Formats: sequence, structure tokens, C-alpha cells
Amino acid sequence: MKESSDFEFDDLQGLLRFGYGKLTDTSFMLLNIVNAELAKKWLETAPISSAVTQDPPPDTALQIAFSVEGLRALGLEESVVEGFSDEFIVGMAGDESRSRRLGDVGSNAPQQWKWGGNAAQVPHVLLLLYATKGGINAWQKTIEGEYFSGAFQLLQELPTLHIGDIEPFGFPDSVSQPTVDWMQRQSTDTHERDRYSNLLAPGEIVLGYRNEYGQYTVRPLIDSRKDKLATVLPDAEDDPPLKDFGRNGTYLVLRQLSQDVPGFWQFLDKVADHIPEKRERLAAAMVGRELDGTPLVPAHIPGISRKEYENDFTYDQDPKGNYCPLGAHVRRSNPRTGDLPTSACGPLDRLIKILGFGQRPDEDLVASSRFHRLLRRGRTYGPALAPKDAIKPQASVAERGIQFICLVGNISRQFEFVQNAWTMNSKFDGVQDEKDPMLGNREPLMSGESTDHFNSPDPSGPMRTIGHLPQFVTTLGGGYFFMPGLRALKYISALPANRTGSPS
Amino acid sequence: MTPQSSFMIVAAVRDGQLKDLRALLASMNNLPGHADPDNGLIPFGKFDRLHFARFVIIEARTVQEIREFGVTPRPWQPTLAFLGDIDGDMQTFFLELIERAEPGLKKIFSHCEGFSEENQDLLGWMNANNINASATYVNWIGRTVRQIHEEAALHRSLSTYLQKIADDVGRENVRTLRQKLLSYVEMEKYKGRLTLTPPEPTPPEWKMRNLLHMIGVPLILLLLSPLLLVIALIFALRLRMLERSDPELFIRPSREHLAELTVQEDQDVSNQYSVFGDVKPGVVRLLTFKFILLLTDYFARHIYNHGFLARIKTIHFARWVFMDNNHRVFFASNYDGSHESYMDDFINKVGWGLNLTFTNGVGYPTTRWIIKEGASREHAFKYTQRRHQIPTEVWYKAYPGLTAVDLARNSRIRQGVEIRQSNDAEIREWLSLI
Repeated sequence: MKESSDFEFDDLQGLLRFGYGKLTDTSFMLLNIVNAELAKKWLETAPISSAVTQDPPPDTALQIAFSVEGLRALGLEESVVEGFSDEFIVGMAGDESRSRRLGDVGSNAPQQWKWGGNAAQVPHVLLLLYATKGGINAWQKTIEGEYFSGAFQLLQELPTLHIGDIEPFGFPDSVSQPTVDWMQRQSTDTHERDRYSNLLAPGEIVLGYRNEYGQYTVRPLIDSRKDKLATVLPDAEDDPPLKDFGRNGTYLVLRQLSQDVPGFWQFLDKVADHIPEKRERLAAAMVGRELDGTPLVPAHIPGISRKEYENDFTYDQDPKGNYCPLGAHVRRSNPRTGDLPTSACGPLDRLIKILGFGQRPDEDLVASSRFHRLLRRGRTYGPALAPKDAIKPQASVAERGIQFICLVGNISRQFEFVQNAWTMNSKFDGVQDEKDPMLGNREPLMSGESTDHFNSPDPSGPMRTIGHLPQFVTTLGGGYFFMPGLRALKYISALPANRTGSPS
Repeated sequence: MTPQSSFMIVAAVRDGQLKDLRALLASMNNLPGHADPDNGLIPFGKFDRLHFARFVIIEARTVQEIREFGVTPRPWQPTLAFLGDIDGDMQTFFLELIERAEPGLKKIFSHCEGFSEENQDLLGWMNANNINASATYVNWIGRTVRQIHEEAALHRSLSTYLQKIADDVGRENVRTLRQKLLSYVEMEKYKGRLTLTPPEPTPPEWKMRNLLHMIGVPLILLLLSPLLLVIALIFALRLRMLERSDPELFIRPSREHLAELTVQEDQDVSNQYSVFGDVKPGVVRLLTFKFILLLTDYFARHIYNHGFLARIKTIHFARWVFMDNNHRVFFASNYDGSHESYMDDFINKVGWGLNLTFTNGVGYPTTRWIIKEGASREHAFKYTQRRHQIPTEVWYKAYPGLTAVDLARNSRIRQGVEIRQSNDAEIREWLSLI
């Protein structure tokens, strides 16, 4: 068993371990590479933050990730690029079928994005700068250094603004996060994983380690006998003679999601007949948490305040969604299900469950949440607007939202699955033709059946339905990036010039 | 109760006709791979006994993989397959098909070997080219297309009405609510806006055959059990040896191939799936495959016939078919949700079952004692199933927008209309479905 200090935190970019919550000033820069040689020179000395803890914690941090075009522009060989997943290679907006799956249709369609919507618009590099309050400009100057302006062209600086630990609608953000099991102490064997656990195998988030299937996710491996440069890279744990370009790296999914805060609260205010308590209750039902983050399901440990347990619960005691509606945003985003519908007592019971017997017709529709977890690192943008101000007709309609970021080892099984099979799915867990009340687009089904409503099951019998939901969240941009480990960054910055492709 | 049946008409495509045939089939679609229900060749929407239909051109895209076993690939000519899942028996459905779509069918089949458009006995040819599946799965045996449409209309109508009256009547007054809903249904029926056709009597010969099958298969297995036990032991050891020595093929499908498949997916709430590949060489593999499918068919017919196949509740119809003189196998299904979630269910919910069956197919990831590992070798599994998947030229589903879970719910709602609940809790449960 590995000791805590054994994990190669010094080769990980810090974002994999820290949210940098104290560093409230951020600058997310979308760059194109205009001169690959200068870019590599800059990269060689760029102070990319590692995941090693520092005491006192740093005042600044810098993280870097590349799109596939960025890696190509720097001269990464096509044979290495081909080791990445298809989603990464094709890109978030590179295939209409993917856009359809992600719900990027209608007003979310890439054609209307502000950035990243077509192949020519995909940025090469994503630079994430973090600093304590007021320190971002100085930090930006520091990191840019001498080669920066010649190396890169700034396509866009994505807006970010710290408005507290909430997202623009006013709810606490990023409460549900997996705890990475760095030491791999928890078994991934399904026999020991009936129940939901928040601990997650490192391979789900970081490439080069075992994932929840006990397997290594496919990633670029390099034969160092053919490519001497690769000797700087770590060994591939599962394929030792080869070097692992992916190890300690992760895929970074970025989506700029615009949130119509006045639209959301004004709609609810109308539905709630302008009664504040009712308005907040409806909002809580749609989100699946109260405004202070309290989950809607009863605490599973009696006698302890629910508030302390804002992440320590499952929906096992609420299978019909009487407390937290099945379609509520947080329930869709993480249904907190184990591998079996309910915990098995004994081998016979287990067998009965595996064979599918003894279940209600609406049971076990969503299982094995552990294969679909996301490590979220998003930041908000736009000025804060409290619910009580948002309902006023003169509420400012400034552009607000979230720069959604998640880190995953497998884009299709994690981010795309959550987006497609859970949040955008009009049939998620047996709901009746409704999409995520917050995130969902409102496109009708092929049959013409509308999906713009939200049902709350009610113990009294009939469901409570809110109809004609407007779309509250619109995708404005997005892309798939690879955030390499620090040794892989060294490899990239040392790539020979003659390999460099012509930058676009 | 009207039992379901299926057909699969197959014929090799004539040399040089492939392109024309594809274009002709594509002319039936209004979305990539999705049939226009009113298309001019076969107006699927007019057949009220047809659940699903598809035209697929079966090509052996993975024909070379068997070389890894030291076996020379058998030649395979691209083959047109016309599949359907229907209520009632095949013969009367074929007659109906011919009555409504003879010119269209002839036009399509004229691209196939052994068919001439001029003087062809169409029915005879269709019968002669129909092949039976080794195993079929029907989500709910006895649920007809007509019933599905009627119950969906019932649900829609009740749901709208309940929303209208719930607050006026009071949500707690469940008995009054039920009374109002039941009266409403009677009124709608009287006005001809709702129909709830009672089920047809079960055909006696089907009942008899089904009963014989239900008793016969276990009986024969029981009688043969001493022998089977001995064979099972030998087979288990032999299979374990094969598992250790069989090559594992870790081949990533091309992005072009994936794009061809995904363009047809997620246009609506359900998707189609067709895979085709080689059976592993050797009699042990073939016999194991056949035996597992015999059991699959048995369980599907008699046990998993009401809404779930083990833990999976998203498959409408599925079939397993041996082709090319038992050298190859074809699997087709109609399922709810995205491909990625289908694979998720395959791996996490029924990986064991998939392993049992497809461990005998070339390219399937290595299993241990034929139920372990396999599908949970995630990449190897996802690669191989995509590699062996073939695009569908034309796909038709009679009830877009409805999942198998929806259908089961609608049936329960109908049941609540026809059978009175005995207490308030049951009424509440019924109301919560609407």
C-alpha cells in the first residue's frame, strides 16, 4: 500500500487537488499559438503550479491545458495525438452528433457560440490564472514574461468574477465533489461497492492510474527507444517498457454557460403568485437543494442537523422523489446510486438483485453513479444579483453565468454521459418528458411532445407540474482540453522545431 | 393476449447493386437512418401491428479478425436484411405487407440475388428467405402496438385533465379525484376520443406450444442432466483453457466508422443497434454459444417477459441470429437512451450475461470462467462492440417519444382505470403515475 507522500503530487497540476478557493481573482485566457518555438520557450520556464501542498498557501497559481489543435501546433506527433480519446480529438463542437447528444441544439447550437463553435475557432491553449484579491494583474504581468507576446495571440479572456461561494442563481456551488482516493485504499470490485461512496479511484480523474473498473484509461504511450525525448516521461504502469504521456494529466472540459438570473427568479415569482416562501420552495425543488445548500432528502443519520450533511446523503430513502424531485438538477447531476438497487444482504439476495427480480417497475433505472463523477472547478462571471433583486422588473440583465470546468479521465463516460444520459435526458430515472429544469434546453421530442415542464412527485398523489419553463441556461462556448502532468509539459516544451506543424 | 413474433428476410445483394440499394433505402428516410412512416416504398406507419422495422445491409467489416485464431476468413457477400417485430403471426403480416407495399418490396428485393422483379412469387420468396432467430426478447409479451397507442392517449388525456382539476378538487381528496377521472374516461370513450380495446383471446395453439416449451426444455435438460453435468465439467475446463489462450483484440474503431453510426443515434428517445461478427472457431465454442442462447430464449419467453431483462428495463425487442452456417452471429436490439448509457447498462448491470453469450464471439474481451471480466474490460469491450456494429439503412419505431418504462407506466395507468384500487394508498400510487 502506498503512503500519502508517495503520490506524485509534484507531477500533477494543482487544480487536480485544489480548487484554489482562496484565490478569488482569476483570468481564463484562450490563446492561439502564433509561434511554436517561442511558445515552447515560454512553456519551459512558465511557473505552472503543482499539486504539492505549500505552507503558507501560495498567493497565485497558474495552470495550462491544450486543445488537440494546440498540441499539434506545438509539434506533438500524430501518432501520440492518436493515443487520446476520440472526443478530445474531434472536439466538443466538432461533430453534429455529439452536439445533439450534449443538448447543444437550438439556442445552444455551436453555430451561435461566442467561442469554440467551429474548428477554426477552437483555441489552442487555455491558461488559467489565479490570484488573491487584487493580485491578478500583477500575476498576469509576471507570467507573461518575455516570450509570451510573440508566442501567443490572445483570442479572448473569458469573464470571471467571484461572487462568493454561490453560482449566479444564488445557490451554493460545487458542493458535491468526489473525494479522490489518492492512496487507492478503496476496492473497485463491485462486490464491495453495492453502496454509493464519495471516494473515487484516481484513474477516474487522473490518467495513468486505475479507474473504477480497475483498468487504465487509454492515453498516449510513447516508446522511448524510438523517441529519446520521452525518457523524461513517467513509466506506463500498465505497459512498463512504454512511457506515459498521459500520466498525471487529465481532460479539462470547459463550457461557458450563460444564466438568465432575472428570467429564472421572475418566472418562479409568477408561478409562486409572488409569495417569497413559495418561490424559494419551487426553486429549491428544481435545484434539489435549499438556498443555503441543505439537501431536500431527510438526513440518513437521525438526530444530527441536516446542514452538516450537505454532501453526506443518498436518495435511497426517497425513491419516488417525494422529497427531492427525480428531475431536480443536483439529483440528475449525481444520483448517488450504488452498483445494486438496494444493498444486498447475503449472497442469495445479491443473486436475486443481479437477476433483476423483486423490484418495482420504476426501480433501478439509474445505477452505478461511480462511473460518472466529475471533479468540478468552475468559476462564476457577471455581477451578483440576489433573488430578491432579480424579481424586480428593473433587474439588471447583465451577462452572467458560469465558466463550467470539470476534470475527468474519460470525457465520454463522465462529462458526456452526465450531460446526455442524466441532465438532458427527457426520460431520466423515469421522469415524464422533462429535461434538467436549470440546465436543460427546451427542445421538444421528435414526436412533438414538449419537454418544457418540471414535475414534483407529491406524497398526496398527483404530481405537481410547472409548465412552460423558459430556458434559463444557454451554452455560449466550450471545448475539450488536455491538462498535462508537469513532466509531459517538459516533453512538450522540448519538442524539436522541425516537427512543428504550421500554426493556423 | 396477442403474442409477438418477428421476421428477418435476408438475401445477398447482387454484385454492383450495393450503391443503388443504399440510395433506394435512404429515400425512405426523413432523418439519417430514420424511416419516414409515410414513405412511398413501405409506408410503415400504416401497419398497425408493426412495432419496429429495419433494413440493414450486413457487411463483414471485421472479417479479418478471425485470422488471429489462425483461421482463414470465409468470404461474405453484403446481405440485405429486413427485420420486423410484430403483433400476431408472420404469415398474415406478410400478406398485409404485400397488399400495401408490393411494388416497394419488389423494388428493394430486386437488388438481391435470386429475385426478379417481373415474375416473382413475392410471398414465397419472403418465406424462403426468412430466417429464425436462436433467441428473441420481447419487453412485454402480449402488449400490442394498438394497446400502446391507446394507453399513451389515455395517459395524455388523464394527465391534462388531472392537472386541470387537482387543485379545485383538492389533492387530498383522492377518491373524488379518481371518481372524476374515471367518469372523464367514460365520457371520452363515449365521445370516441379514447378507446381501450380489450385484449384478444390468446391463440390456443400458441398457448399449447408455449406451455410445451416451458415444461419441455427443463424436462429434457433434467433428463439429460447426468450427461450434461459430465459434459459441463469438460466444457468448463476446455473453455477456461481457451479463455487463457484466445487472442484478445484491442483494436480501436475508426472515427469514420463511429461517425457513420452516431449520425443515426439520439434523434429521439430510442435507438437501434445491430452487430455482426464471427463465432470463435471450434465445436466447443459453437455448442456453448448455442446452449447459452437456448437458455436466453427460454428465460426471455417464460421469465423475462414483463418489462425487464435481468436488470435492464430499456430494451424493447432484441434477437440473436446465427448466420452463414453457424459461422457468424447477428444481434439486433431496439433500446432506450443513448448508446453510451446502453453500454453502461451492459457493463454494469448485465456484464455477466453478455460475457456468457459473446465470450464465444471473435473480438470479445477476455473473460474468466465465462462470466467474469469481459465487458468490464471497458475499452476493449466498447471498442469491440462499436467495431462490430453496423449502420442501419432504415429504422422504424411505431411509437416515437415513448420508452419501455413509459409503456409499462401507461399500462399500469390503464389497469387502474379498469380495476378499482382497494385503498387510498393504492389510489395515491395510481394518481402519482399520471
